[in-house]
Amino acid sequence: MSSGRKGRHVGSATGPSDQADGGSLGRPHSATYLGMPAFPQAAAVSTRDSRLRSNLRHATHTIRAKRAQAVAELADWDRLRSAGAAIKDRTLRHLDHYLVQLEESVTRAGGRVHWAADAAEANRIVTELVRATGETEVVKVKSMTTQEIGLNEALERAGIHAYETDLAELIVQLGDDLPSHILVPAIHRNRGEIRDIFRDRMANWGRPAPEGLSDRSADLAEAARLHLREKFLRAKVGVSGANFMVAETGTLVIVESEGNGRMCLTLPETLISVVGIEKVVPTWRDLEVFLQTLPRSSTAERMNPYTSMWTGTTDGDGPRFFHLVLLDNGRTDTLADQVGRQALRCIRCSACLNVCPVYERAGGHAYGSPYPGPIGAILTPQLRGLASPLEESLPYASSLCGACFEVCPVAIDIPEVLVHLRERVVEGGVVTLRGTRTVIKPARRHRAERAMMRAARWTFDHPGALRHGQRLLSRTRGLLPGRLPGPGRAWTDTRELPDVPAESFRDWWARTRGDAT
Amino acid sequence: MNTAASRERILGRVRRALADVPHDELPEGHPVARDYLSTHGQHTPIESVDLLARNLTDYRALVHRSDEAGLPVLLSRLLAARGARRVVVPTGLPDRWLAEAPVDIVTDSASAALSPGELDAIDSVVTGCALAIAETGTVVLDAGPDQGRRSISLVPDHHLCVVRIADQVVDSVPQALLRLAPDRPLTWISGPSATSDIELDRVEGVHGPRTLEVILVAGDPRPTSAYPFDVRS
Ligand code: SF4
Repeated sequence: MSSGRKGRHVGSATGPSDQADGGSLGRPHSATYLGMPAFPQAAAVSTRDSRLRSNLRHATHTIRAKRAQAVAELADWDRLRSAGAAIKDRTLRHLDHYLVQLEESVTRAGGRVHWAADAAEANRIVTELVRATGETEVVKVKSMTTQEIGLNEALERAGIHAYETDLAELIVQLGDDLPSHILVPAIHRNRGEIRDIFRDRMANWGRPAPEGLSDRSADLAEAARLHLREKFLRAKVGVSGANFMVAETGTLVIVESEGNGRMCLTLPETLISVVGIEKVVPTWRDLEVFLQTLPRSSTAERMNPYTSMWTGTTDGDGPRFFHLVLLDNGRTDTLADQVGRQALRCIRCSACLNVCPVYERAGGHAYGSPYPGPIGAILTPQLRGLASPLEESLPYASSLCGACFEVCPVAIDIPEVLVHLRERVVEGGVVTLRGTRTVIKPARRHRAERAMMRAARWTFDHPGALRHGQRLLSRTRGLLPGRLPGPGRAWTDTRELPDVPAESFRDWWARTRGDAT
Repeated sequence: MNTAASRERILGRVRRALADVPHDELPEGHPVARDYLSTHGQHTPIESVDLLARNLTDYRALVHRSDEAGLPVLLSRLLAARGARRVVVPTGLPDRWLAEAPVDIVTDSASAALSPGELDAIDSVVTGCALAIAETGTVVLDAGPDQGRRSISLVPDHHLCVVRIADQVVDSVPQALLRLAPDRPLTWISGPSATSDIELDRVEGVHGPRTLEVILVAGDPRPTSAYPFDVRS
C-alpha cells in the first residue's frame, strides 16, 4: 500500500558510524513533505488505497462518536468553547505583550529563551544547543512543530540522531514514512504492517523486536516499550514541543497518553522545547478551560492519561537545563491577516479531521504538511504563503460543510478562512510574507483554475464528501454576500454566473462543471 | 543571525501584524466571559469520592479503599499480590505505611537520587499525591515530600498512590488549578499509561507505570493552613 508514499522520502546522506548493519534498509529516517504533489493528485492516490480508506473511516468514526459523548457530558461546553476562543483572541491581539511576559517568567524560573524567526534558525539553535552538551542523540516527544521545521533531518545532517518516542511516531519513523493524522499519526498502518516494521527495522535503531513478535496490539506496545526504554534510560537530551505556555507563570504544559512525554521531560539533563509563538496563554487560570476542552475534543477522554507541567527547572528533579525556542516561521504572517489569524487559536485536538468528509477519503498525506485535514487546509497556505500549487490547492480541499467549525473547541470558522484564502488565490491581494507586506498577483488564471477545479472535482466525485455540503450556502452567504462560495471572483468573472449565492454549491457544480475543461 | 536580533524581528512583526488592534486596548481589554461552570453538578463529599472512584476505574486504575489504620495492611497485601520485592519511596512517605510490607524499601531523595537505570530495577513505587479530581478521575502529583522526584513515579512499572479523601479530593479541573502551585513540577495522572495508536485498540501501559493502584484513605483531615503554596514538610 505504500506505493503512494515511497517515492517521496529523501534519504539521509550520512549514515551513523555506529550502525554497521543498516543494510539495504538504510537508517530509518524521517521522510519529508517537500515536493509533495498538490492536494488532488495526492488525494487520488490515497483514495485508491482501500486499506487506508477503511482504516481512516474506522478511526475517524470511532473517535467522532466518542468525542460527541465526552462533550455531551459537560453542560457548559458551549461556554467553555467561547471562553477558549476568547482567551486565544486576547492572546493573539496582544501577542507581543504575552511573549515578553512569558520570556521573563521562564527566565526567572531558570529557563533560557531563544527566538527563531524561521525553520532554519530554529534548527540551528537546537543543533547548537545539542552540540554544546556533547551528545549525539536526543529523545523526542511527538511534536508537530519540530516536524514543521524538519528538525530531525537537520539534526541528522549534524550527526545527531533524534529518536521519536511516541508509539505512532516510532512506527512512522521506523517505517520511513510520514504521519497522516495529528493524533494517530500511524492511522494508515494496520497491526500486521506494524509487526513487520518492528521486526524488520527495530534492530537498526537499537534493541531488536522480541523473537516471534505477534501482531497483537499489546505485544506490539510491549516491543515498543522495551525498544525505547533503553533510550530513555541513557538519554541526556530531550526535545519536545508544548501544548500551552503560560505567560504569567512561565509554565509549559504537555498533554499525552503513553508516558513517553514524561520520560523525555523528566529523565534527560537538558530539555529543549520548540514551541510556536501562538501557544502562549495569558494566565494559569486559563488552563482550566483548555484542560477541559482539549482531552475531550482530542482523544474523547475526560482527561488524557498524563499531563506534565513544568516551570523552568527544579533543583534535584528533572532536567537541570531548560531551553525554550520560540518559533515564528510564518505565524506572524498569519497573524497579519485579520480573517486568517483565527487559525492560530488552534490547540491541535484533531477533532476537525475526524469529522471531515474530505479528510476521511483523502487521508492525511494528501495535505502535504504535518497539519492535515481542515486545519491544515487553512494553516499550511498561511504559514508557507501561497507558494506552490499545493498551497494554492489546499483551500479547495473542502466541501465547506462546516462540520469542522462545529466541533472546533476554539471555534475557528474554518469555512470562512477557506473562502477567504480561495479569494486570495484567485484574486491576489495583500499578504504578509516573512514580515513584509506584499501584493501577490492572482495565481495565473489557468493554473489557479486547474488547481481548484481538480480539488473541487475530486471532492465532488466522492459524493460522501459532499454529504453535509448543503449547509454551505447559508454559511458563506452570510460571510461574503454576493460572492461565489467556490472558486472565487476570477471564476465568476469569466463564467458570468448569475446570482450565484442563491444557488447551492452542488447545483452550481452540476451546472458548470461541463464548462470547466 | 543572533537570537536577540530575531527577538526584535519577531516582536516587530507581531506589532505590525496587529496594526488593526486599537492602540489603547489593554491585554485584559479583550473580554473573556468566564460563565462556564466551576463544577459539573453538586456533590456531597461522599458523592465526590464515589465519582472519583468510578472515573478512575473507568480508565482502568485499580481503586481500593481503606482507613488510616488499615493502610499498612492493605499496602502490604497489594505489594505481595504484585510480587514486588524492591519498592521505592520518597523521603516524606510516612514510615508507618510500609511497616507491614515484607519488601526492600529504597528511599529516594534529591541528595540520594536513584539513577534511571536503578529505578528501572525497582518493582513498585508508593507515593501520596497533591490532590485528586473527581470529575476527571485524576490524581495530581506536585513533587511534595510524600511524592518525591517525578522520575520515581514514572520508571517503575507499578504505582501505588494514596489519596486522603478528607482533604485531597476536589470536584473539578478549575478547583484543582486553584489549589495547585504553578512553580512546582506537576504530573496529572488519569489511569495508567495507554495508547490507541495501533488500530485504535486501547492498550494499557506503554512507558509509564502499566499498573496504577489508587488507595482512597478515609480519616481526619490534616492541618492544611499552609496548603498549597508552601512546601509542605
Ligand atoms: S482547528 Fe479546531 S478542531 Fe481542528 S485541530 Fe485545531 S482546535 Fe482542533
